[in-house]
Amino acid sequence: MTALTGLCALFAVASLFFILGYIFWGGVRGLSLGFLINSPKPIGEPDSGIANAIVGSVILIMLGSLIGMPVGILGGIYLSEFGSNKVGLLLRFLIDTLTGTPSIIIGVFVWTVMVHPMGHFSALSGGVALGIMMMPIVARTTEEMIRLVPHSLREAGLALGAPRWRVTLGVVLRTAASGVATGAMLAIARIAGETAPLLFTALGLNYLSTNLLQPMASLTFQIYYYAQSPYEEWHDMAWAATLVLVTMILVLNIVVKILTRNRHQQA
Amino acid sequence: MITSPPESNEEDESMDTSVSASSPVLRPVSEVQHRRKSGREPDAEHPAAPEKMRVEDLNFYYGKTRALKHITLSIPPNQVTAFIGPSGCGKSTLLRTLNRMNDVIPGTRVEGRVELDGEDIYAPRTDVVSLRRRAGMVFQKSNPFPRSIFDNVAYGLRINNLTHSKSELAQRVESSLRAAAIWDEVKDRLKESAYGLSGGQQQRLCIARALAVEPEVVLMDEPCSALDPIATQKIEELIVELKAKYTIVIVTHNMQQAARVSDLTAFFWLGEMIEFNSTEKMFTKPDKQMTEDYITGRFG
Repeated sequence: MTALTGLCALFAVASLFFILGYIFWGGVRGLSLGFLINSPKPIGEPDSGIANAIVGSVILIMLGSLIGMPVGILGGIYLSEFGSNKVGLLLRFLIDTLTGTPSIIIGVFVWTVMVHPMGHFSALSGGVALGIMMMPIVARTTEEMIRLVPHSLREAGLALGAPRWRVTLGVVLRTAASGVATGAMLAIARIAGETAPLLFTALGLNYLSTNLLQPMASLTFQIYYYAQSPYEEWHDMAWAATLVLVTMILVLNIVVKILTRNRHQQA
Repeated sequence: MITSPPESNEEDESMDTSVSASSPVLRPVSEVQHRRKSGREPDAEHPAAPEKMRVEDLNFYYGKTRALKHITLSIPPNQVTAFIGPSGCGKSTLLRTLNRMNDVIPGTRVEGRVELDGEDIYAPRTDVVSLRRRAGMVFQKSNPFPRSIFDNVAYGLRINNLTHSKSELAQRVESSLRAAAIWDEVKDRLKESAYGLSGGQQQRLCIARALAVEPEVVLMDEPCSALDPIATQKIEELIVELKAKYTIVIVTHNMQQAARVSDLTAFFWLGEMIEFNSTEKMFTKPDKQMTEDYITGRFG
């Protein structure tokens, strides 16, 4: 039994390292400083880069977080603190359904309600699509994390004359902060790798732009675009862009782990 | 260690005034006193004993289960009142009705009156937040926040905006820690996590935290049940010291503890109050046979 489960665990971890190694091997050749700070150039020109896509991805993720995190965190607080009734049960079911909704459907939905009426693709609609994807993930992880906070801490706060909302924010959410942040990071990592919702919303752009009402480049879209192309040079760029994306997500995770390491957590 | 009665009464009076003045929900003292007189006419033989809290014909329900049945008792100021009885007798429930901590439990219902300084705390206009500030609580299991020792004690001061400067905050934290007899043990590690303290220290920290907001009543729910005898002894000594300044109500499983620290003892059984008397009388010649049987260990 131990051997079998151990083997499976090893297999799971091994596939991660295999993928990471493969991406590193494929991507490291195309990586250079110019690749990170230049925008794409016509094929054949040297020093073509993906700066537009990096900036675009960062902006899109920030937009998505701006929409998805507050709604998700507050929704999660509602579910755990006030959601032990029928309304909560229904909400939980709907949120889980939203989590399971294929991302391309969310893309098409945002296209219908935003892109089509506006008449053109835009970074804003991309942010909305990513935000919608984040909300249920953040809400459910926040709920789970807040549930772990012992009831006795809430009582301690209330008994000191703290209003309910202050206990929720100052004691409960704060105690659960590292877990909530981890959940939010997971959500960011999840949406950072999304391509489908962006296909219908932010689309892509071959140069650097920060205009939220216009199409915007993103790493995933750029990878998709380059990987499909017939040019060897662009294939290499797709590999390198993949390495950049994976590295960004990894760094993000490490930074948050360090920042949210709670000094006062019980050992 | 224990202040004489006139002094303590004076302290109690001054507390009343200050709270009434600062808190808009409370009626002026004169009105309260007036109502007190008209409400329960003290006859010549039994002059009204001073009371800090009064419970009148209280029934408490968890869903359909009645956990407290027609409880009436009055809690005198600057005394330690102990609630004893077997598990499930309602003593903790009663304690938690005194600062409305049961409000947070869904499906509970209260009938009857609970008064603090003559004011019904279950009246619709009661500000529960300020009530809990006036009647603080120490719980069975120590529950410090996952923060530093300093921040734990400062929490109540900060949320209630009770201090105006950093130095005043630090000074209030220190005096609270001193009052809870833990200052000497933590003064060099105020910035460290409260979770690094031992169980007994954590409980005294929780007492310090409760005292920091200067409550008038301190409700203690089996504060020593998770502690070893030495830590228990420290807290018991502390309780006796604290009654000079506070009115204390303590729930305990441990009858020796009730005998050691309390002035008055109420014995509960199956949601009813069987007897309420001075601790001395309860433990020497109680009025009820049942009390004697319980105290002498014949049941429970």
